[in-house]
This record gives sequence, C-alpha cells and structure tokens, in this order.
Amino acid sequence: MAREKKRRPHGRRSPLAAVALIGAGLLITGGVYAGASAAFAGTAQTSVTAQVSVDEGEKLFQANCATCHGLDLQGTPNGPSLYGVGELATEFQVATGRMPLQMQGPQAPQKAPQFTEPQIKSIAAFVQSVAPGPTYPDASVLDGEGDIAHGAELFRINCAMCHNVAAAGGALTEGKWAPSLSNTSGLHIYAAMVTGPQNMPVFSDTNLSTEDKRDIISALLFQQEAVQVGGFTLGSLGPVSEGLFIWIFGIGALVAVTVWITAKSN
Amino acid sequence: MAHDDDSKALDRASQPSPGLAVAVSDPVQNPGLPPHRERMTDRDPKAMKAAVRTVYTLFYLSVAGSIWAVAAYMLFPIESGALIDVRHNNMFIGIGIALALLSIGIGAIHWSKAIMSDKEYIEERHPTRGKDETRAAAVQAFAEANEESGFGRRKMIRNSLIAALVASVVPGITLFRGLAPFNTPENPIAGDPVALLSHTMWKKGMRLARDPDGTPIRAADVQIGNAVHVIPQPLAELGHEEGYLEEKAKAIVLLMRLLPEQLIEDENRKTWSYDGIVAYSKVCTHVGCPVALYEQQTHHLLCPCHQSQFDVTEHAKVIFGPAARPLPQLPIAIDDEGYLVAQSDFTEPVGPSFWERH
Repeated sequence: MAREKKRRPHGRRSPLAAVALIGAGLLITGGVYAGASAAFAGTAQTSVTAQVSVDEGEKLFQANCATCHGLDLQGTPNGPSLYGVGELATEFQVATGRMPLQMQGPQAPQKAPQFTEPQIKSIAAFVQSVAPGPTYPDASVLDGEGDIAHGAELFRINCAMCHNVAAAGGALTEGKWAPSLSNTSGLHIYAAMVTGPQNMPVFSDTNLSTEDKRDIISALLFQQEAVQVGGFTLGSLGPVSEGLFIWIFGIGALVAVTVWITAKSN
Repeated sequence: MAHDDDSKALDRASQPSPGLAVAVSDPVQNPGLPPHRERMTDRDPKAMKAAVRTVYTLFYLSVAGSIWAVAAYMLFPIESGALIDVRHNNMFIGIGIALALLSIGIGAIHWSKAIMSDKEYIEERHPTRGKDETRAAAVQAFAEANEESGFGRRKMIRNSLIAALVASVVPGITLFRGLAPFNTPENPIAGDPVALLSHTMWKKGMRLARDPDGTPIRAADVQIGNAVHVIPQPLAELGHEEGYLEEKAKAIVLLMRLLPEQLIEDENRKTWSYDGIVAYSKVCTHVGCPVALYEQQTHHLLCPCHQSQFDVTEHAKVIFGPAARPLPQLPIAIDDEGYLVAQSDFTEPVGPSFWERH
C-alpha cells in the first residue's frame, strides 16, 4: 500500500488507466465478435436453399443429430431413439432451440434456433420419412378464431397448474420447469399438447379434441395480444414478484418518508 | 381532589420505597435537553420566505390535484367498455387524488418542521398513584354500595341476576347453531362433519368423466403419458345450487397411464389399476391444494403450494415435502362398454388431516 501511494504522484499513468484499458479491450473484442457473427449469419442465410427436401434433411440430421440419436434414429446411450417421433415433434424441438442439446441437464432449455426455417422443415421431413409420427395440423386449428372462453376454461383445468394461470410458466421439481407461453406460436402450443415434450403429459385427441386444442390456442394467442388493464404485470408470477416489489419499493418508500418526517430540519 | 393539593407527591413518587431501596453507585444521569440549534429558517429570513413559499405551493398543488381528479373523471370516462378505458380512468383519477392528498401531508410536515417553532420543553408528569385518603375513600364507597344494595346479603336477588345473565346468551347460541347444517332424510350425513369429510360422491360403477364437460372416458382412449383431469360423471349435471363445488372439491381425480411394468403395486391393491391406468385424488394431503403437476418422465406429482412430491409409480407415496400421507387412490375398473368406472368410493378420507384423522 505504502509503495503504491508513493508511486502515484511520479507515475505517468492515471489510476483509471487500467479500467479504461480493460474497457477498451472489451469494446474492441465485443465489436469484432458482433461484426463477425453478423457477417457469418449473413452468409449462412444466403447459402440456404429455400427448398424443403428429405435429402437436405438427412444431411443435416447426420451432421447435427446422429451423434446422440444414431444414424438410423435408433438412439444411443446419450439420446433416445426417435421411432414414432415424426415431423411435428422434430419441428417443435429444433425450432424452439431445445435441440440440438448443448449439454445434458434436468431439462433442455429454449434458445435461439440453430437452423433456418427451411432447414428445420427439411430435418422434420427426413424424420417423418424414416420414423413417421404426429403430423402438422390444418391451418384452421392454429387460426386463433376458436371459442376463447372455452379454451381458457380448458387451459385453467389442464394446463394452468404448471404453466401458471396467466401462462407465465412455473417451477417443477429438481431443476425442471414449465416454460412461459407468452411468446409461443400456435403451432408450438399444438405440438406440445400432441407430443408431450420432456416431462409435459400428452394431451391426445381422445382427451382434448382438435376443436378443444383450437380453443386453447385461441385463448393463449388472445392473452398474448391482450392489454393488461392492471398496469405492470411484474411477470404475472403472482404473489412472489408482487410481494418482492412491494417489500422493496413500498416499504422502502415508507422508510424513506419516516426518516424524512422524524429528521430535524436543517 | 386535584393531585397538586399534595405538594410532596412528586418528590415521593421519584424515590424508591424504603424497603426496596438499592444504593446505586453510578446512576444514569439525566443528560437533559441538548442545546437548541437554530435552523436556516430561524437565521435567514430568505430561507424562511422560501420555506413559506414551498408550503403554500404544495397546498395549491393539492388543489390542482383535486381539480385534475375531477377533470380526469370527465376526460377519461369508462364508456366504450374497452378495458384500456378502465385502466386510463383508474390511473389518471388516481394520480390526481394521490397528488392532492400527498401534497397536503408533505406541506403540513414541512410547515411544522421548517416554519413552526422547534424549541423543546419538558412537561413534568404528576404521579399516577392516588393519595392514601383517596384510595381509602374509594374502598369505602364500594363497601357502602354493597351494604346499601344488599348485593352480598340478599342472595336470591344476586343469584337470579346471574341466572338471567347466563340465560340471555342462550338465544344467540341457538341462532348460531341453526346456521350449521342438519341431517335430513335426503342427506343423512349433512350434519356430521367427520362423515362429510370421509366420503366423496364416488360410488361403485360410477363412470370417470372429463372435467368440466362430463364426457365418460374409455380406457382405450387414455394413452401412455396422458394426464386426464377427472370428475364423477353425475357431477357435471349438478348445479351450483346443489353443491357442485362442495362435491367437486372432494371428488377431483387425476388419471394417468404408465407402462404396467413401471407400477410397483401392493399385493392387495393390484386390482385397483387397469392396464397401467391409475387414478389418484387431486387433493393434497397436506393442506388440500390441487396436486396436478404431473411429470410424465419421472412420474412425480408436485403440489405447487408447499412442494410436496408424490411418486405415482408407488401408490403416490410422499417422496418430498410436508404432506403427511400418500394421495388416496381411487380403485378403478372398466364396464361392459369399455368405459372406466370406480370400484367404490375412496377407501380413506381425501385431503388434509382433521380432528378425527392425523
């Protein structure tokens, strides 16, 4: 300490030099990385054939999926077999970024999808051709024109206990969770109900009919668009976020006012 | 009878009584009041002027807030029925009223802190103990009242008064008891809370139906990984006036289908499931939250209220959390048409512990 103090007046460097140097370094590295990744994304997009084909899908599958799921979709110790999985589940898993999986864990997290839409459709078409399973629904199921009130009732009975009554998601056991549905597309809501990804139960057509599913999707799409009359939703998580807010800001404001009231005037 | 008649009372009150006196070598000294420090407003007339200005500005601001609240009521009416109108109406009226009330409060406090005199004074308290003759007189007054009324002497009057007071409470008890349900011929257990808590509307042969529409469920329609929310079929026809919610709260069931070999079943409960289909009460045995967070890969059921976890593969035994017992299982079978039916009511009371069940 003493030596440092002595050096400062003589040294040419300001004490802020180190901070400035690190800041500049980070800025340059970050800038170069951002520029490079943007350029890479640009080239990736132009090189894509806008055509959905099983052959293209097979190549992508072999390069990106076969390590864990096997070249013949038979599965390996690192990943389940895909027999009977089909295009709907494949599209859901890849388009929401859950697959390819980055690492094993309690649950595959959502992330930015690794492929473009035609590439995803190609992989799904390949899986469907080798291991047929649930297929894409009619466009009418996803149009959001169903009975919203009925859909909301079905959502409250069948879905809300995990996904939260406002579809904001919620915690499950041992690091698993039910995701928020506030940005989920109609197709992915449908796919999740039909295929039951990960720990979600399956809601097959014999339980919730296609018409019921359309109503649920309509209710969720309506909720995504709806104006919140109550002002700030604080994540719609219920008493936890609201309690935290009022304890920090409400009680904080009361403490500040109390201090002001009892302090002597200057 | 004023206390200041006794000029020595104050001195006596500040001394300990002789019997309890303890000599303290270093008693805490009363430091007295700190010297008065003059505020800016006391020293500088300009500061005083500024403070006065602040206070009346705040009060006028309050007036403006009140006027704004009235204006907002007219400017943002709830007329179109759109929810956003409700939001604007609430928000702008609220801002006006909050401004009006907060400005009064802040102005008043600033007034008292910065402008009113802040010199401190000590006002001595008189002793709380009455003089001896006052106390003796009070005792005397009670004794005389007892003597004159004969309350202690005329036992018949006293006892009859006590009887009258006790009896006056009885009508109230009767009325409140009348609010509780009674056994009736239609509902012979309506007045028996233990029986009510021990039974649900499930009966032998009653079909399992989907919540809320009441369509019956065929065993073949329940697939691996399904979780179906189930009510007794007759419940769907029950009106809200006929105890729909009371019955539903007890009878709700979650139906799941696992691979039959995944179930680890007791010998005497092997017949309670059907080909891997199991039905468990949805009412948590801790405090009665609906347990329906089913994980289809781990086969765990999670209660969202206090994180109790139940293992569906082993008769819903508790594997984590505060629940005291496994979830009661509904014994199921299929009827001639392939629909799932109950073999009987639950064999134990559903839901949390109560005074006859621990």
